[in-house]
Amino acid sequence: MQVSLFITCFNDTIFPKTGQAVVHLLERLGHVVDFPADQTCCGQMHYNTGYQREAIPLVRRFVEVFRDSEVVVSPSASCVGMVRELYPRAAELAGDHELAKCVEHLIPRVFELTEFLVQKLGIEDVGAYFPHRVTYHPTCHSLRMISVGDAPLRLLRNVRGMELVTLPRAEECCGFGGTFAVKNADTSMAMLGDKLRCVLDTRAEYCVAADNSCLMHIGGALHRQRAGVGILHIAEILASTEKGGHR
Amino acid sequence: MKYEPLPTRPGIRFEDAARAALDNTQLRRNMGKATQTIRAKRAVVVEELPDWQALREAGRAIKERTIRHLDQYLLELEASVQRAGGQVHWARDAAEANRIVTSIIQAEKAHEVIKIKSLTTDEIGLNEALLEEGIEAVETDLAELIVQLAGDRSSHILVPAIHKNRSEIRDLFQRKLGHSNLSDEPKVLAAAARAHLRRKFLTVPVAVSGANFGVAETGTICIVESEGNGRMCLTLPRVLISIMGIEKIIPAWRDFEVFLQLLPRSSTGERMNPYTSFWTGVAPGDGPRAFHLVLLDNGRSRVLADPVGRQALYCIRCSACLNICPVYERTGGHAYHSVYPGPIGAILTPQLVGVANASSLPYASSLCGACYEVCPVKINIPEVLIHLRGEVVREKQDHPTPGGPDVEGLAMKFLSYAFSDRKRYERVQKVGRVGQRLMTRGGVIDRLPGQLGGWTAMRDVFPVAPQTFREWWSARS
Repeated sequence: MQVSLFITCFNDTIFPKTGQAVVHLLERLGHVVDFPADQTCCGQMHYNTGYQREAIPLVRRFVEVFRDSEVVVSPSASCVGMVRELYPRAAELAGDHELAKCVEHLIPRVFELTEFLVQKLGIEDVGAYFPHRVTYHPTCHSLRMISVGDAPLRLLRNVRGMELVTLPRAEECCGFGGTFAVKNADTSMAMLGDKLRCVLDTRAEYCVAADNSCLMHIGGALHRQRAGVGILHIAEILASTEKGGHR
Repeated sequence: MKYEPLPTRPGIRFEDAARAALDNTQLRRNMGKATQTIRAKRAVVVEELPDWQALREAGRAIKERTIRHLDQYLLELEASVQRAGGQVHWARDAAEANRIVTSIIQAEKAHEVIKIKSLTTDEIGLNEALLEEGIEAVETDLAELIVQLAGDRSSHILVPAIHKNRSEIRDLFQRKLGHSNLSDEPKVLAAAARAHLRRKFLTVPVAVSGANFGVAETGTICIVESEGNGRMCLTLPRVLISIMGIEKIIPAWRDFEVFLQLLPRSSTGERMNPYTSFWTGVAPGDGPRAFHLVLLDNGRSRVLADPVGRQALYCIRCSACLNICPVYERTGGHAYHSVYPGPIGAILTPQLVGVANASSLPYASSLCGACYEVCPVKINIPEVLIHLRGEVVREKQDHPTPGGPDVEGLAMKFLSYAFSDRKRYERVQKVGRVGQRLMTRGGVIDRLPGQLGGWTAMRDVFPVAPQTFREWWSARS
């Protein structure tokens, strides 16, 4: 299949290894990956913070860049959620019927990585090898906005050599919430504190998720505490093989 | 400070009120324990019903249709109540509702009323309004009584004293109810309240209630409760006044099939609540001799006018969204500065009073979506929160207030401009990579200026990568 990669702006900028992992993984599974270089940002931060007029140019841009793609795959449940759930609203707000129509046509072709693998391709074992102790944090948007269900766990359970430990109170928000972490920094910290306690209780080496945005939040605090626990996007585990990591 | 059940001006911001609450260790422990317990109870009884999702759909559909034809159903309800011997009053706002209730009580020459726990009467500040006229309102719900005796405010729509534990309540009862040597056993505390309330039930001539549901078809009002004190108020006094928000209407008696399954399971985590009372007008020789229904607007028509926001009016006040909310669990209800706290409060309050008067509330959420998932009538709370954030920003942009520069607004505008073009976007990445050199320590940024400092108070920032993904991609091909 010809897969267009929507890397998302912060993966592109801060977590390029996640994007590389997606490319390696999809190519290993026999797909052709293309990266439309005109892509930038989905506009979620603007939209969810209330700057909805300012998000509309970014919505238009995304639709323009990906309108002819066979499928669009992204290693971010949150940005996929933005496209799927909020682009129709944004188009409505823009009062642009043409845009609304394009959005409607595009949405069924936009997938988060793990749902693409499990639900679209029907693959649960990607032949990965990762000899580490890992705990999985189901991010809010993967769980409740785009409902990837247990797709990430199905994939992780088939990774060889890996010890997967259940995260207590896994389904609770880590307190990121985009600009929430800044606007309501104190409440966000209280939420994050509890999440960290749960992560540390698992004695895992890595906390894994399908969203680097939440991982940037959890990982930023783990790093600050010098906790000795890393963060890893699920794509980077799935891309690793016995012949050596993908990196 | 004057009691303000709903904010009427841009006042204390949520983030500031939350900061104080977060430091209260007793509150944090009480809230954590209470919300975790009730969450678990709810999960068990919801799991039991194989058709739970279908019930939610039905609940939403009934509310949607009712709200769409609210005008017709309200007139039908009025006619039904009058037919059954009740009187109907229409109140545009809190002041009008309070005047109506006061004059009914004064006509009865009563100086005291007993009350069933009611958010709607809290919303209009009825107790305070009555007190100004020399009428004392006695709360008969145990938790409301606790809050009233403490001169405190409710912090949860169903469990008003959720922020208090039993030893705090023991101390309060010893001080206020003339007891000494009370233990902090719940049974003992309940008995003390019971003795106090029984005297009131038998002597006070007027009762005031809210309404969980009002049936347009029959004129029946319904109250759902746990203690039975509500039923005392509904049956013993000679005059009963019920104040109902206009959105609490349901078309027909058969709709209870849906709502009486949804409500108890969502709110207290019970299959059925202990007491469900229905009354239709008046019946000779049984119960109150006069019944008054006050239909309250108080901003609801304005909510109705907003096609996205109006779903807030579907709320049946179960409080499942409060109990599941990770923000509410940690801040408690007082931080919301409204009789409607938690996620539902964050979308209802700004709509009732205008977003300018509660502009921080739509931001009091991480948009985690847990509230939407548990809502028995499928109110898409995150959707409304985002919609209201848009209104807050548009209001700010279209009517700027004098003061310093709007740093956030400028930054958002700049990023929108920069990200709308590939070249500009790539330039921002490169400038960031150079600029961060001054701030990076040990591979991360540990201090950011201004509001962004809230992030680095606890979290390091991972910097722009030495090679972005797009740079890797173009080097690769």
